[in-house]
Amino acid sequence: MSRLAAAFAKDRPALVTFVTAGDPTPDATPAILDALVEGGADVIELGMPFTDPMADGPAIQAANLRSLGAGTRTADILRIAGDFRSRHPDVPLVLMGYANPMTIRGADWFASECAQAGVDGVICVDIPPEEDGEIGPALRDCGISLIRLATPTTDAMRLPTVLNGSSGFLYYVSVAGITGTQQAALDTIEDAVGRLKSATDIPVAVGFGVRTPEQASDIAKVADGVVVGSALVELVARHGADAAGPVRDLTGMLAEAVHAAR
Amino acid sequence: MNANQPNSFRNQPDEFGHFGQFGGRYVAETLMPLILELQREYEKAKTDPTFRDEFESLLEHYVGRPSPLYFAPRLTEELGGAQVWFKRDELNHTGAHKINNCIGQILLAIRMGKTRIIAETGAGQHGVATATVAARFGLPCVIYMGAKDVERQQPNVFRMRLLGAEVVPVESGARTLKDAMNDALRDWVANVHDTFYIIGTAAGPHPYPELVRDFQSVIGREARQQMLDRTGKLPDLLVAAIGGGSNAIGLFHPFLDDPDVKMLGIEAAGHGLDKEHAASLAGGRPGILHGNKTYLLQDEDGQIAEAHSISAGLDYPGIGPEHSWLKDIGRVEYDSVTDDEALEAFQLLCRTEGIIPALEPSHAIAAVARVAPRMGKDEIILANLCGRGDKDIFTVADALGVKL
Ligand SMILES: Cc1ncc(COP(=O)(O)O)c(C=O)c1O
Repeated sequence: MSRLAAAFAKDRPALVTFVTAGDPTPDATPAILDALVEGGADVIELGMPFTDPMADGPAIQAANLRSLGAGTRTADILRIAGDFRSRHPDVPLVLMGYANPMTIRGADWFASECAQAGVDGVICVDIPPEEDGEIGPALRDCGISLIRLATPTTDAMRLPTVLNGSSGFLYYVSVAGITGTQQAALDTIEDAVGRLKSATDIPVAVGFGVRTPEQASDIAKVADGVVVGSALVELVARHGADAAGPVRDLTGMLAEAVHAAR
Repeated sequence: MNANQPNSFRNQPDEFGHFGQFGGRYVAETLMPLILELQREYEKAKTDPTFRDEFESLLEHYVGRPSPLYFAPRLTEELGGAQVWFKRDELNHTGAHKINNCIGQILLAIRMGKTRIIAETGAGQHGVATATVAARFGLPCVIYMGAKDVERQQPNVFRMRLLGAEVVPVESGARTLKDAMNDALRDWVANVHDTFYIIGTAAGPHPYPELVRDFQSVIGREARQQMLDRTGKLPDLLVAAIGGGSNAIGLFHPFLDDPDVKMLGIEAAGHGLDKEHAASLAGGRPGILHGNKTYLLQDEDGQIAEAHSISAGLDYPGIGPEHSWLKDIGRVEYDSVTDDEALEAFQLLCRTEGIIPALEPSHAIAAVARVAPRMGKDEIILANLCGRGDKDIFTVADALGVKL
């Protein structure tokens, strides 16, 4: 079983956590990733910084700028990923980011570097299924999951297009908007997840706007996984190179809430 | 033309929005259904006579089209070579070509039942044009503008506010056009249900590059007919400045299948191509940004570089995808002009023709001044005078060391 499949096959909902690679510096990231694992995260999403993070709100925009300002390069991110894999052979690691940094040297190059670094999946915000050829075939050839996003605007007609070629898990973006916005109402999330789950066997994780253990617990009652990003990134913003402790604490509370939700 | 050339240069893009390897629809999933709906709606509008009538009527009675085709005698004499003609889109309502596109897009917005308008702007010309059509149709309007551009284009900021638009200064990144576009996209993602994004240039996700080109092609269609009526022949060379490329593609497109008409697109070389500039074709590589694949100024990791031009309307690290394609297949030639050359051309046109051009077309005029002397007196250059310079007098005064 793949690492991603295993993470969702445990008899409880999964906690998926996001931080930006190289924030505040490339040297600080490994300790923050370790803190996520120690806190009990089941899947790690590592953001690839980009100069123009169009789908991100202020918190993650600032993280991107801090990281790039510290000189983070693609090579650093791949090294951070590879080192993480050596330290944590069983924890799934997903790279999340934008098309240009992922494809600029060719999707084949990116996919094979990801495979070598032990990356399990890739989320590319601005490559919709219509442009799958840009990255999908390269990732699938290397055995890396292409994790697609479904949103409140993804209607029933379109859903099969999104699911076709998706693997690992389906990331349901609970609000039409950027990262860090308000969470959607719980009943609409429950409806949406129900619709998605009746259309696919891959796990459905819900994110965007989830900040507190209470919110995470509520969503974990209806979904296979809960994604928390901005709230963790804000801790990194506040504590900088000393963020590992606070990140571990919040992750611990989130994990407890998510794992015990049902 | 060699055997690898297509039968026509005018039938791009394909149904997926690709101009060769360029273009496409690189947007977040939230936007994708809307982009597809826009494409369907635009396909219908294209063949709907009511839509076309309304578009043309507004262009005639509200914008003031057709714009004149003007032979510039004193500039021609001063340059001592080819005859120089201008398509006078600076005489349009709101002072630039941008309004042509805004009329088309707001009619689409209304067709689609959208009730709120957003746009990005660099020089403020597109912002003013958008605020204008929003006022004309009574829709609320939010304009995203880089904070640096807000500073250097104060008159246009005031105009937009007079027209009832909310102007949001964008503080992220380099605080110019690229960052304004990021924030406009962020707004759109959060408000897809009621909001129409009027993109200001022939770039962005499909179908924007196509529809902006189509709306702006009125420039080239008119100019082609006017030139035939006045001289009995087609121009030998077309020249236009390029930010995202909408005024250029609007002029060029109707001539693309006229094999004897050469075309020259002019990018902004800023302080020089070896320094800070905004010439994506000259100094960039293909990449993905703002919904399309196109030439971009970027580093080896694909991080987007900050552009520089004295002209806020050209200060963008990308270019519309159709230009990337036209460059690669060799149908259009592209060159660049520095800030200093543009400033000089700005003054040249003021002095010789009594026309104050915007800094954007001043780049085209500088290129005209470069090539006209090398051409015969019987040859014709047609340049797009796509905007007037009222908005730029503070920038120009500053650059010339004059205190206003
Ligand atoms: C007068 C004028 N010309 C040109 C441009 C550049 O845009 P484009 O290349 O799309 O024509 C602008 C943009 O603001 C403008 O205001």
